Amino acid sequence: MGHSTSFSWQRFVALVVKEFTQMQRDRLTFAMMVGIPLMQLMLFGFAINSDPKHLPTAVLLADQGPQARSLVQAIRNSGYYDIVGTVTTQFEADALLDRGEVQFVIHIPADFSRRLWRGEKASVLVEADATDPGATGSAVSTLRALASSALSHDARGPLGGLITPPPRLDLLVHARYNPEAITQFNIVPGLMGVVLTMTMVMITSLAITRERERGTMENLLSMPVRPLEVMTGKIIPYILVGFIQVSLILIASHVIFHVPMAGSLALLYVVTSLFIATNLAVGITFSTVAQNQLQAVQMSFFFFLPSLLLSGFMFPFRGMPVWAQAIGEVFPLTHFLRAVRGIMLKGNGIGVVAGHLWPVAGFMVVVLLIGIKRYRQTLD
Amino acid sequence: MSEPLAIDVSGMTKRFGNRTVVDSIDLQVRTGEIFGFLGPNGSGKTTFIRMLCGLLRADGGSGTCLGFDVIGESEQIKRNVGYMTQRFSFYEDLSIRENLDFVARIYGILNRKAAVDASLEKLGLASRGRQLAGQLSGGWKQRLALAACLIHQPRLLLLDEPTAGVDPKARRDFWEQIHELASEGLTVLITTHYMDEAERCHRLGYLAYGQLLAYGTVSEVIRTVGLTTWTVKGPRLAELAGRLRKEPAVAHVAAFGEALHVSGTDAAALEKALSAHRTEAYVWSQVETSLEDVFIHLMGEARDNFS
Repeated sequence: MGHSTSFSWQRFVALVVKEFTQMQRDRLTFAMMVGIPLMQLMLFGFAINSDPKHLPTAVLLADQGPQARSLVQAIRNSGYYDIVGTVTTQFEADALLDRGEVQFVIHIPADFSRRLWRGEKASVLVEADATDPGATGSAVSTLRALASSALSHDARGPLGGLITPPPRLDLLVHARYNPEAITQFNIVPGLMGVVLTMTMVMITSLAITRERERGTMENLLSMPVRPLEVMTGKIIPYILVGFIQVSLILIASHVIFHVPMAGSLALLYVVTSLFIATNLAVGITFSTVAQNQLQAVQMSFFFFLPSLLLSGFMFPFRGMPVWAQAIGEVFPLTHFLRAVRGIMLKGNGIGVVAGHLWPVAGFMVVVLLIGIKRYRQTLD
Repeated sequence: MSEPLAIDVSGMTKRFGNRTVVDSIDLQVRTGEIFGFLGPNGSGKTTFIRMLCGLLRADGGSGTCLGFDVIGESEQIKRNVGYMTQRFSFYEDLSIRENLDFVARIYGILNRKAAVDASLEKLGLASRGRQLAGQLSGGWKQRLALAACLIHQPRLLLLDEPTAGVDPKARRDFWEQIHELASEGLTVLITTHYMDEAERCHRLGYLAYGQLLAYGTVSEVIRTVGLTTWTVKGPRLAELAGRLRKEPAVAHVAAFGEALHVSGTDAAALEKALSAHRTEAYVWSQVETSLEDVFIHLMGEARDNFS
């Protein structure tokens, strides 16, 4: 009997087998878990757009002439762009875009002012992170009008007489990661996180409250099982279900929407495992608080809705007010979305993705601590 | 008392908020004994049982259950106890065999398949092992629950109202099995509302509002309470009952079919009080006090004490 306090593999297996059998019996729940991803995939194929402003922008300013500076000033004043820094090399520009620290990099070439001066055609290159086309669309379209008005105003200055024809400007937009601005490219990877959040949290929070509500928890507690065995025994089967959901979405997104897979599939699954585990931890913690299944569902939605709305899935994250962004940063879904889009569309490697993972891991640790503290081995 | 005690606890107390549900109960149950727990709903029977098997943390009290410390060694107690809950608490969406198999795995039973097969055979359900537990009738669910509680060969069986909602035939079979198990050395603690079941127990405890009011064999319990009981037959018993209840010497009046049972604690005073009601229409006779009279009396008295 000395081993009674340690984790028992045998009891754990007993619980896993039981969960799988019950899952198999509960056809409706199982159908939901498979059906929800597919249903949402179809529904959210239609995008939701909005008009985000104050998008972080870096400027690669190779020209120090007055026209170049007034263009930058006009861009800054437009409200659509927040110029967060200047870079000097393409390499730096790429890094900022890859990490998602800026939405745009505006290149003003060295001969910009000189060409305008001569009445020649000058060009500006805008590199946009178009993973979420909704976030970049309106900013890019204002840029064109903005630039010509800023420069003609400039031309009316003391040197105005020197430039006879209106300035000719060539605005090149380079939509990175999602060149055709296909909304599905953004929605579909995001959907993976949404579906996982919804089903994993709800199903696990139900799994334990159901035991309590049906009275089987009393029986389970009267047997020599450890809390850790009950928890892991419940979690493992659902992690597998989570992988089925992710695989379904990935296959559908590839076959139906032709979403590219720029990064590593293995890395995607690693990130997903952490995310699934986090959501399960949330579900289990809810189940230690909820009195019945209805409350468990209510609490799941209480968690799910803000996650969905503030994560950048529904609306471009940068289009939200600062306070909403701050709340959004707390939710694991927000970081998971960035990681998934980064892997699938930008081809981000582990180095960049790790930056999105620690907030998720931190959230999981906090939630698990609450859950373990609240888990009652007695009926008190 | 030469035989070892299966349960030996004292001062067991449980409070929910400021309500004391089990109030300092002392209890000794001998090994191989069938001990019956009686008492109205909410009297603390279930809470007491839950404390014994570690499902609830006791707020006070100490003692041993199967030789293990009742407060600190609940893991060991759980291994040696079979607890059958009031409500069917196995998985209705698992089949009979799957339920038994699950329990067998949890207890780490060697040669699991053989144990499950033997259990199904004994239940008489060998051919229906694949049926879902949720589809069973009340009586069969109870048999399944008992079989599941026995699969790890416990030394103590805690049965919480096991026969509620079960037909008389199944109840009799059930009790026969309980007696057989007890004769093999298993100790049984059982709660019930049925008097006939109470009389089948070796010893009884009567619990009301968290306190153990009477305790011992059937005749001991009847003797301790010290009631004198009369029966009366005749017309319009309800009216008579109303008049009798006003007599201070009458402790309680209860209708039993076509007769009334009238009991009191002071035999002389009772007889004197009854003489006023001895008219020709009624047939009076003194009878032996039954267990039921005692319990009705205890229940009424307890309510008086706590109201």
